[in-house]
Amino acid sequence: MRNKSKVVLRAYLFGVLFLLLLWQLTAALVQLPIIPEPSLVFERLGQIFADKIAVHAAYSLWRIFAGILLAVLVGYPLGIIMGYFSKADRYLAPLVYLTYPIPKIALLPILMLLAGIGELSKIIMIFLIVVFQIVVALRDGIRAIPAETYYPLYSLGARFRQVFRYILVPATLPNFITAIRVAMATAVSVLFFTETFGTQYGMGYFIMDAWLRVNYLEMYTGIVILSLMGLFLFGLLDILEARLCRWQMK
Amino acid sequence: MIEVKNLAVSYSGLKQKNTALQNVSLTVPQGTVCAVIGPSGCGKSTLLKVIAGLITDFAGQVRINGGEVSPKKLRIGFMPQNYGLLPWQTVADNIRLACRIKDGWTEARAAKMEALCQKLGIEDLLSRYPQELSGGQQQRVSLARVFLLEPDILLMDEPFSALDAITREEMQDVFRDLWEEAGITTILVTHYVEEALYLGQQIVLMAGGQSGGTVAEVMENKWQGSRAWKTTTEFFAKSQELKEKIKAMGARQS
Ligand SMILES: Nc1ncnc2c1ncn2[C@@H]1O[C@H](COP(=O)(O)OP(=O)(O)O)[C@@H](O)[C@H]1O
Ligand SMILES: [Mg+2]
Repeated sequence: MRNKSKVVLRAYLFGVLFLLLLWQLTAALVQLPIIPEPSLVFERLGQIFADKIAVHAAYSLWRIFAGILLAVLVGYPLGIIMGYFSKADRYLAPLVYLTYPIPKIALLPILMLLAGIGELSKIIMIFLIVVFQIVVALRDGIRAIPAETYYPLYSLGARFRQVFRYILVPATLPNFITAIRVAMATAVSVLFFTETFGTQYGMGYFIMDAWLRVNYLEMYTGIVILSLMGLFLFGLLDILEARLCRWQMK
Repeated sequence: MIEVKNLAVSYSGLKQKNTALQNVSLTVPQGTVCAVIGPSGCGKSTLLKVIAGLITDFAGQVRINGGEVSPKKLRIGFMPQNYGLLPWQTVADNIRLACRIKDGWTEARAAKMEALCQKLGIEDLLSRYPQELSGGQQQRVSLARVFLLEPDILLMDEPFSALDAITREEMQDVFRDLWEEAGITTILVTHYVEEALYLGQQIVLMAGGQSGGTVAEVMENKWQGSRAWKTTTEFFAKSQELKEKIKAMGARQS
């Protein structure tokens, strides 16, 4: 275990070094103010974060959290029902297939009209995009369960509650965590778009604003912070997965 | 007691119905082991699934201890062909599973579980996951689960088939010891003649066919469970006789 975390840490360090090197090289080659040297950015990273970015990061994190939570609350039960009860799937699948491909971002104007340009429409937009990923992940996860897996429970006369707890939840957990991973990445890119409207807060707003003010230092600081936020969230999920899906680890 | 009368089962395929069992009748008296033997595809697993309540769409009569098949009311110990362990549960939780589902976990069971695990030699494996076990070890865990349940009936689908010859014989003995203590009415599906002769008080020979599997012959086997019996010439002669019968059945089919 000790050894393993050492290996992981080394891999992350290597990744960071690699990206920094790439950045440094590009900056040296281009020699334009639009690509400042990484050392310049990191010199003032802590201060810019504390003074300016922290509040924006908090807003973005909150929107990501609220949007994904909402999507889980709706998508998890829906995916379970569609995967387990084939009758329900027969009626719900066409609905999901028809609405899944609609580019939800295109609905933003309507959404802003209905839910206002504030917090709610940003959270709903994340929800709308992410909920499908969760539904499909759960449904397909349940469909991949071999029929024999249920036999020990069915032959004991298990209730649905018990099938849910002992089979459906654990069997779909890896799929579910992957879906959350994808959902977080999606949410960040969605936010970057929606946060340019009707708000003074959020990482999207901050980075676009810095760009418009031609403050490249702040802009890059924002990008680095965004990347660190991703690292933090993904790392959290990895730890969660290692804890909860120990049976799958090799 | 398990009574099956004129059982017929068909699976609905894409184009036509596929009859798996036809006119199957057998009776397993209380506290005995019935070994069911027959070629693969003759419907042995299907028969067990009906008795376990996993297949409810069938014709004919199945009664367990005089009542209907009811997984809710009865305690059915079912060991599917692949041992039926949940990959996401530790060995300990897998053993507890049947009792948990049936009556919730009580401390009273814990002592019995400990004794069982000791007897089965799996007391050191409790925190592992099933995929970290050998086939024989998984088999022991599965046995611990059903015997801890103290079931009304025990249904085992080719429990020892996937094991190597030595482990198989070892597990047959392990099962025999546990069974002698508990005396559970058992149906044991196998495709090994020696296993049927060693463990069954009754041997049901099944035959496959175009119109579904049926019971070809029912034999009494008074020698159940004695280790010495396995080394006699009579045991050898009987197993040859059974093998010939099964071969002859196969010849008639094709
Ligand atoms: N789920 C199923 N759907 C359709 N046909 C099946 C299914 N399960 C088994 N069968 C068919 O029923 C017959 C009996 O199968 P099975 O009970 O598994 O036999 P055995 O256990 O003796 O090998 C076989 O012909 C098999 O192809
Ligand atoms: Mg079978």
